[in-house]
Amino acid sequence: MFYNKSTGKNTSNSAPSIGSGGIQKAPEPWVSKYRPRTVDDVAHQDEVVRALKKSLDGGALPHLLFYGPPGTGKTSTILAIAMDLYGPDLIKDRVLELNASDERGIEIVRTKIKNFASFTVNNTTVAGKQVPSFKLIILDEADSMTQDAQAALRRTIENTSKTTRFCLLCNYITRIIEPLSSRCAKFRFKPLKSEAMGERLKYIADQEGVNLANESTLDAIHTVSQGDMRKAITFMQSAHRFYASKSITDANIYDISGSVEPKTLELFINSCKSGDFYKVRHLVERVMALGYPASQIISQLFDIVVQPSIHFNNIQRTKIAIKIGQIDRNLVDGSDEFLQLFDLGAYMMKCFDEMEMN
Amino acid sequence: MLWVDKYKPTSLDHMDYHPDLSLHLKNMIKSSDFPHLLVYGPSGAGKKTRIMAILKEVYGPNCLKLKIDHRTFKHPSTNKNLQVTTISSPYHIEINAGEAGSNDRLIVQSIIKEIAQSPPIDSSVFGAFKIVILNEVDKLSKDAQHALRRTMEKYAASCRLILCCDSTSRVIDPIRSRCLGIRVPAPSIADVQNVLNIVATKEKFELPKKISEEIAVKAKGNLRYALLMLEAKKAKQYPFVEGVPLLDWENYIQVIARDIIMEQTPAKLMAVRAKLYELIGHCIPPELIIKTLTLELLDSIDNSLKCETIHWAAFYEHRIQIGTKPIFHLEAFIAKFMSCYKKFNSEPFVAQ
Repeated sequence: MFYNKSTGKNTSNSAPSIGSGGIQKAPEPWVSKYRPRTVDDVAHQDEVVRALKKSLDGGALPHLLFYGPPGTGKTSTILAIAMDLYGPDLIKDRVLELNASDERGIEIVRTKIKNFASFTVNNTTVAGKQVPSFKLIILDEADSMTQDAQAALRRTIENTSKTTRFCLLCNYITRIIEPLSSRCAKFRFKPLKSEAMGERLKYIADQEGVNLANESTLDAIHTVSQGDMRKAITFMQSAHRFYASKSITDANIYDISGSVEPKTLELFINSCKSGDFYKVRHLVERVMALGYPASQIISQLFDIVVQPSIHFNNIQRTKIAIKIGQIDRNLVDGSDEFLQLFDLGAYMMKCFDEMEMN
Repeated sequence: MLWVDKYKPTSLDHMDYHPDLSLHLKNMIKSSDFPHLLVYGPSGAGKKTRIMAILKEVYGPNCLKLKIDHRTFKHPSTNKNLQVTTISSPYHIEINAGEAGSNDRLIVQSIIKEIAQSPPIDSSVFGAFKIVILNEVDKLSKDAQHALRRTMEKYAASCRLILCCDSTSRVIDPIRSRCLGIRVPAPSIADVQNVLNIVATKEKFELPKKISEEIAVKAKGNLRYALLMLEAKKAKQYPFVEGVPLLDWENYIQVIARDIIMEQTPAKLMAVRAKLYELIGHCIPPELIIKTLTLELLDSIDNSLKCETIHWAAFYEHRIQIGTKPIFHLEAFIAKFMSCYKKFNSEPFVAQ
């Protein structure tokens, strides 16, 4: 996703516009500015792109279901496809995009979607290009649609398949009901690898004049974004704005992303190890006062726990991992962060104690 | 006017602590292009103060002229009229989305989208974009947060969102990844003391170091609480006497803790129930009761029992969140603790 190669010609405003004078355009977030414009530009989803291109060339597009973690290029890909198919003029008439910000309960499915899906369009040629005789309905964030609304879609998809193609986008394929997913060709989008992301980030950094301290900063961005391109670009833009003229270091990136410093976590584990209850309590209080969200702390702690280290043996790892799972769930339910984190600390302390006794 | 409001700094230059943060924020504003913001940190750390300062930095002092609006909109399926209170200036609008309860998704879908869709008329006067401040995002339902996702992206050019919450644990990932997170840590004890001293000097009274330290420690990084405490203390007695009195409910919880430690019987449980009802009747949130009670209990029990206690506290606090009636779970926690404590006290004899 997000351009493999430079397509500088049609993004003339990508050059830094400061001082260029004339009409000042509203500044655009880099995420939308550097969104891939064609299917070829989508990075790191090679299999998906290949399969899609094949079906595009053949002119026979199946119903599509894209799934994968956020920021992997699902929306970008389908928008690029729509652009490829219809061109900038027809896209408004032939594509209906609905996402979770639109009301789309069962009523909308029965009326708006059905109406749009049922009228036919002609096979036309625009600017020497054959435009296919079907329309496209994009249902973004389809996993947030209710079961009923999804069920109402079933027949609509089949009945109108002559005139309309559906494309469903979601993060979790398990939330799409089976009858729907079986009607679509499924494509999985995978998190971006470090190299693919680094390459793209570097391109944007060059274009925008971002001052990166060194190569490892890109790795830091990849680490905190966990393969989410949108996150990565947002982080980079934020860091660029936030630390203005200075060059961006790894520490800046961790700061921007809201990650806890590894040192603090080390301290947390060590205080659990020491068996001093008040030390643990004090530390939890301090971490809370610093404003770190508990979910962030436990997710980083989890990474430490599962990685090979001198702190834990396998039994402890398992136990603590289970505990972290429970705590994560409790947090999602809205439990008090302090108590939950304190509970985790106390539990880890117990685990360490048991090891010593054996 | 309360001191808390009177001495609230209105510009980024006058922030009393976190100078680095202020500097970075200024840098960001200077570039006249900033992303959506997600401001988080413990309460009383100065999140709102900083948000307003950002607004002032961007739009000048006019944005501090606030007016309160009641917006009504129609529920699309039931056709009922719903109302929501907003605070706005010509440049921004502030919504407390938690207010709408289960209808929060509709607010996001209708009001926020409506604001976002209409860009400012004259960008030379009103700036290139509007700002929507959304408080308590963590209280928004998952549905509402999902509804926000595309709105944030699609109208990013004409509208910036500033989201504000205590903790991002309950903010869904897609939203977090669209924002620049700004963490506002609680001020340190020295920071709080410093602010207290500044206020004391401006109000022209003597603040002994000991008193300010006491207040700062007691406030646990909540500056608003510290200032209110100072003002209350000043009103009560001046010159100051040492010692910050505990609040009524804190005292009350201490009594409960002592009761529980003293005697673990069903009769005592009944006696405690009356006290718990009293607390809940006075609108002390049950989470706060269980938290304070736990910390009280921890101070007076053996080390080996502490892990278990904290575990059950966390367990029952979670139950309070997912359940409907907090009193059940508060009592369950106390009963559980009593049983653990009793068992523990009888155990050493068995072992020997």
